[in-house]
Amino acid sequence: MSRPSDHIDSPAPAPREGITQPKLGPVGYVRFFWRQLTSMRTALFLLLLLAIAAVPGSVFPQRSSDPNGVTQYFTNNPSAAPVLDKLQLFDVYTSAWFSAIYLLLFISLIGCVIPRTIHHARALASPPPKTPARLERLGAFSAFEIEADAAGPTLTAASAVDSGRAILRKAGYRVTLFDGRGPDGPELSASAERGYLRETGNLVFHLSLIGILLAVGIGGGVGYTGNKVLVTGQAFANVRLTFDSFTKGRFFSDSDLQPYRLRLDRFAVKYEEKNRNALGQPIDYTADVTTFDASGTATQAVVKVNDPLRLGGNDIYLLGNGYAPWITVKNPAGKTVYSEPVPFLAQDANLTSLGIIKVPDGLASQVGMRAFFYPTAAESSNGVLGSVYPDLRNPVLSLVVFTGDLGINKGVPKSVYVLDTDKMTPLAGPGAADGTSALRLKPGESAKIPGGIGSITFENRAPASDSSNLSQSVQRFASFDVHRDPTQGWVLFFAICVLAGLLTSLFIPRRRLWIKVVELSGGRLRIEYAGLARGEDPTLDAAVSAIAQRHSQQLGLRLNP
Amino acid sequence: MTPAALASFSLTAIYSAMGVYLFAFIAFTLDLAKRSTESPVAAASTAVRVGQMTRVGGTAVLDREPVVSAPQRRSNRFERVAFALTILGWVLHVTGTILRGIAAHRVPWANMFEFSLTASAIIVGVFIAVQAWQNLRFLGAYITGFSLIVLGFGTVGFYVSVVPLPPALQSYWLVIHVFVATLGTAFFAIGAGLSLVQLIQARREAKSFAGLKFLDTMPDAEKLETLAYRVIVVGFIFWTFTLMAGAIWAEHAWGRYWGWDTKEVWTFIIWTIFAGYLHARATRGWRGSRSAYLAIVGFSAVMFNFTIVNLFFKGLHAYSGL
Repeated sequence: MSRPSDHIDSPAPAPREGITQPKLGPVGYVRFFWRQLTSMRTALFLLLLLAIAAVPGSVFPQRSSDPNGVTQYFTNNPSAAPVLDKLQLFDVYTSAWFSAIYLLLFISLIGCVIPRTIHHARALASPPPKTPARLERLGAFSAFEIEADAAGPTLTAASAVDSGRAILRKAGYRVTLFDGRGPDGPELSASAERGYLRETGNLVFHLSLIGILLAVGIGGGVGYTGNKVLVTGQAFANVRLTFDSFTKGRFFSDSDLQPYRLRLDRFAVKYEEKNRNALGQPIDYTADVTTFDASGTATQAVVKVNDPLRLGGNDIYLLGNGYAPWITVKNPAGKTVYSEPVPFLAQDANLTSLGIIKVPDGLASQVGMRAFFYPTAAESSNGVLGSVYPDLRNPVLSLVVFTGDLGINKGVPKSVYVLDTDKMTPLAGPGAADGTSALRLKPGESAKIPGGIGSITFENRAPASDSSNLSQSVQRFASFDVHRDPTQGWVLFFAICVLAGLLTSLFIPRRRLWIKVVELSGGRLRIEYAGLARGEDPTLDAAVSAIAQRHSQQLGLRLNP
Repeated sequence: MTPAALASFSLTAIYSAMGVYLFAFIAFTLDLAKRSTESPVAAASTAVRVGQMTRVGGTAVLDREPVVSAPQRRSNRFERVAFALTILGWVLHVTGTILRGIAAHRVPWANMFEFSLTASAIIVGVFIAVQAWQNLRFLGAYITGFSLIVLGFGTVGFYVSVVPLPPALQSYWLVIHVFVATLGTAFFAIGAGLSLVQLIQARREAKSFAGLKFLDTMPDAEKLETLAYRVIVVGFIFWTFTLMAGAIWAEHAWGRYWGWDTKEVWTFIIWTIFAGYLHARATRGWRGSRSAYLAIVGFSAVMFNFTIVNLFFKGLHAYSGL
């Protein structure tokens, strides 16, 4: 079958006495290494090596899936982390050693599959091989002798073989007739083979794996992923600069970004309210959005978890959400210097959220605030605030205020979620000189920033409503991923081919079957049936006896088991 | 009936199933002990079948000599009792699992507790079903013992009350992806059991020890290997499908079909190990005990994926409910 020489179906190597090592030239060595690489043993070794090499990626945080985990690891293990980083243990799946293993594996696969494909193409075009001289040597063999007078004049060797051929054809075999002469007399035989699809499936399986690898590789090169946080009412255009974060493939071009605009109209969260074991567990997130295409036509749509908005390959996924309290800061003269919703990052299941407010301009000095937001605040006996429910029942904002240098003047990019207080002094909260505690605000309330710098307001976004109902007082934000992977459909196509190839290669039996009629002396006939499995074939015996049964029936003979 | 009442009925049914499985396990063990006293089964004859045609009345009759086949070993009392108990326990087990699903208004496999119920129910179910194909009752002690351990951990360690599905799990892929993964796991479990017996049998056949006479009543190492292979192949196909369905679901939920999340990594590792197993079976020098070891390593990886990875590794598949 043109399999590697150490495949179980290849002929066993002849036992050798001693070692006879021929002298190999350069070409000889290339051939030697190629044979080694494409052998079954190497493929098996590389497969198992790949399995082992994938393990560290689940043990150490990976930059691709958990970048914050990597940062955390560096902080927690300052001495080990750089060494692990050198070994590419934070980028296992793009590391040199992991790539080396799977590339070698695929080269080995290609080297194995190509000769087999050629061989199989030839086998598909050629008739079944000549009937072996001694069928009784095969595993599934049975033979029957028929007396001359028993069958009557109608049964001849030729008619027996002809009806055998018809039966085999009907059973999906490819059949060729042979005649010859054996030790007992003239022989007529039908040589049949079926299950070519088994090898076809096997080849499709392996070739499709190559297809997946290529499609994944190309997809990574031309696709992009962008992330955008939108507070209700905000909109963004699908342009690279508007994204909060953006990763792109090597061959990405800005023209791949489909021109559209998306506005978040409403973000609704449903919490479990009846089941006492799951109070406050989110059970639904729904983002109502409006999209505007290039001509400005508006379309209403809904984005949910598990239900992305498909926009011509620039698909939009709802990945995260949280609260975005609207903060207004005024200078002592009452002029507004800062007024915007600030997305806060959830810290726990009850959405205790952390947000950073930076006011670089407009006040006597730069002001930074580290704020905690509690959607349903409750105070413990020692005065510590916490949130006890994720919805807005008793929203409270607590702010620690700093003044000084925010560290953003030099143009070095800083995360909006981190406040560097090295060059700042606390005005309110822990460490404040005059012991001023952190500011606490409810929606609609204002407070003076200590030191006469200005004032801060926690805006109530639904001021008209009854003051005891604050359920709409704070806006929410939703975090969207916009994703384009043009080869994704190809990956799916090849994956389906992998499965289909696997099914056919494992369950379709490939077998050869022979019906031989020998004309014995005295006009007697001997009919022989034999089968040969090619690959795993647990039902060979049953198949041979079924054919024998059908054949004898058609000949007007009855098989008595 | 309230969901809480249904959930508690479900738990009662599961505890009852565990009780019955315990007795089934004991009976299966006694069966193994009893097998040691049986006389060995005669080896099957492989005589070439040559028939002679004779004439009966006017009809031509083709006579065939009866094939000498291995005499069927008679099952002993313990084995029959054990198998009956297994079926009884399984009915209770399935009842408990379904009640849990009714209580939660969804499929009963959305957290680790429910997954332990469903997975072990399917493992026992597949074990019962394969008896129609091959008599593998000698694996009974292994299967019932294994299910007892899974149910024990599930009820004691992983129990959670009925809670609604988080938005990320609200997808029909939960039904498909997880169910097929469970089916795959069941076939891998039985394959690993067969491979384990195969390894012991191979050692015995190599005369490295003479004990364990009950092995005489079981198929030889080669037959066990063939059986294991045929079971594992089915598991491998289910696992391939699980991997694909998971990727499709991941694309819907997380915006990418593959992101090397820890659970994805381990599903891939398991797939690779079993792909290695299939190749080992086709590699000269790797058939027999070596491939059997791979089957056992593969199933150990499945168990590792379900327990250690779920509980201790950080990742997106954080649905243990614990």
